[in-house]
Amino acid sequence: MGSITLKGVTKRFDDVEVIPPLDLTIRDGEFVVFVGPSGCGKSTLLRLIAGLEDVSGGTMELDGRDVTALPPARRGLAMVFQSYALYPHMSVRKNIAFPLKMAGMDQAAIDAKVDGAAKVLNLADYIDRRPGQLSGGQRQRVAIGRAIVREPSAFLFDEPLSNLDAALRGNMRLEIAELHQSLATTMVYVTHDQIEAMTMADRIVVLNKGVIEQVGSPLELYRSPKSLFVAGFIGSPTMNLLTGDAAAKQGAHTIGIRPEHLALSMDAGEWSGVVTVSEHLGSDTFLHVNVDGLGTMTARADGEFPARHGDRIGLTPDPARLHRFDAAGAAMTA
Amino acid sequence: MAREATVGTKILWTSLAWGIGLLIFFPIFWTILTSFKSEAEAVSSPALWDFDWTLANYTTVTERSPYFLHFTNSVVISLGSTLLAILIGVPAAWAMAFSPTRKTRGLLLWMLSTKMLPPVGVLVPLYLLFRDTGLLDTRTGLVLVLTLVNLPIVVWMLFTYFREIPGEILEAARMDGANLKSEILHVLTPMALPGIASTMLLNVILAWNEAFWTLNLTAAKAAPLTAFIASYSSPEGLFYAKLSAASTMAIAPVLILGWFSQKQLVRGLTFGAVK
Repeated sequence: MGSITLKGVTKRFDDVEVIPPLDLTIRDGEFVVFVGPSGCGKSTLLRLIAGLEDVSGGTMELDGRDVTALPPARRGLAMVFQSYALYPHMSVRKNIAFPLKMAGMDQAAIDAKVDGAAKVLNLADYIDRRPGQLSGGQRQRVAIGRAIVREPSAFLFDEPLSNLDAALRGNMRLEIAELHQSLATTMVYVTHDQIEAMTMADRIVVLNKGVIEQVGSPLELYRSPKSLFVAGFIGSPTMNLLTGDAAAKQGAHTIGIRPEHLALSMDAGEWSGVVTVSEHLGSDTFLHVNVDGLGTMTARADGEFPARHGDRIGLTPDPARLHRFDAAGAAMTA
Repeated sequence: MAREATVGTKILWTSLAWGIGLLIFFPIFWTILTSFKSEAEAVSSPALWDFDWTLANYTTVTERSPYFLHFTNSVVISLGSTLLAILIGVPAAWAMAFSPTRKTRGLLLWMLSTKMLPPVGVLVPLYLLFRDTGLLDTRTGLVLVLTLVNLPIVVWMLFTYFREIPGEILEAARMDGANLKSEILHVLTPMALPGIASTMLLNVILAWNEAFWTLNLTAAKAAPLTAFIASYSSPEGLFYAKLSAASTMAIAPVLILGWFSQKQLVRGLTFGAVK
């Protein structure tokens, strides 16, 4: 069982309150992703859950048990660090065995568990090597193996894929997702990469300056962002945000339309503009357009769209996908 | 930045380095040489090879003074004070490196500043304290004094080594269920072993060569090799040859130790300098 409840959790470093009172409930077996820009407090929040930082206020419960004052070793959690944090002087076997040794397990049981984890993670051939002799992906698997053998009530991941190249990142993302399917254990995952957030999460927690902007499933955040911040953060390329007359016409202070919700035409459209940069990926085309009276906008088309630099194109927003925000930046529902 | 190094420049710098090295080593070389001369030749002869080599000085010195008692005292005091300093220094440096506060840097500088105090300034109170507590002329007393004298350097060196260890690895150990003792024993110490070894080596050498407290706080029983040498520089006459023999016997162990561990020593002394 691995439900995590944060009630009024606060964190201060000296006089600076980096996390104002925060409430959050993570359900057992959920894959929750903390996402936000650098400095938003997502890693700090993870470290508070882990017990690596003390809370300045509020309480934290794991499966209804108050763990606010408990050290990390007694919370029953496991963490995978961005830098893997493997013990460089120990072999892969000893790295994975370390938490079991700390738990006082007998050697035979330790060996059985380590061999089991090594098999699942394809580490059997490297079991006697030191971390310095492994590739980035292998090291990451050892870090995951070390976490798995503890059979924790929840896994904590602190940007575990940041140090890997793009191809490996994609593979590891799948492996972690599959791990979640097979273990069905709660996972709390921190990332600044919204693609990881959107593809892996059951629910995403969007953080900004220590405050939770919105919690919801990936599609909820995509379709119904509650604030300008969430609207601009989720989605790649970012949502086009327009103020002035175009927004006023819709009865809002700011309107937003995602690049993929603009219908493009080489002829006329509701808006017209000149292409400044065109990016042809084959599967998609991204156009950066200087739209008359509205400024620069980004548009996305499926497949190949023939516009090039200097071409005039028409853009028509899908009215059903238009987002409206008031002067305070909150989404207008009506 | 690539620099063109001509053969001429290389020869110049190599010769200069050798020259400085030989200059620094010369007093030790001369001492060793003098120990094989008679007293008369020791005073009069500047010869490097062409003199009557003799072992008489060594025989006299070992017959007159209990070399092995002094040697044992030096070993016990150096190793004892080193082990004690490490036992205290490792947790202290751990706290400063991994749980620093705003006062940590100030505390470190204050500890180092105590090394600037001339020892003679505290000789009288310390002597009286040792006398009243029965620590005069005891190995225990010297171990305590030398531990405290070298502790700032031990803590500082360990602190610079520990700072090089990624804090995340220790956090991972905590997440894996390690308490503080296990964290230091199973993770920190093995990773910092080269640094701890360098620190211990340096401390052994400093303690071995210490000649103020060892001379002032000992008499016959606990006197280490520094007192052994000092006993041959008497005001009654000049016994350069015997003095040289005594000095050679005193410095030989630590010279040999230093030779075999020079790599670790250099690494230890320069480690914190380059980041």
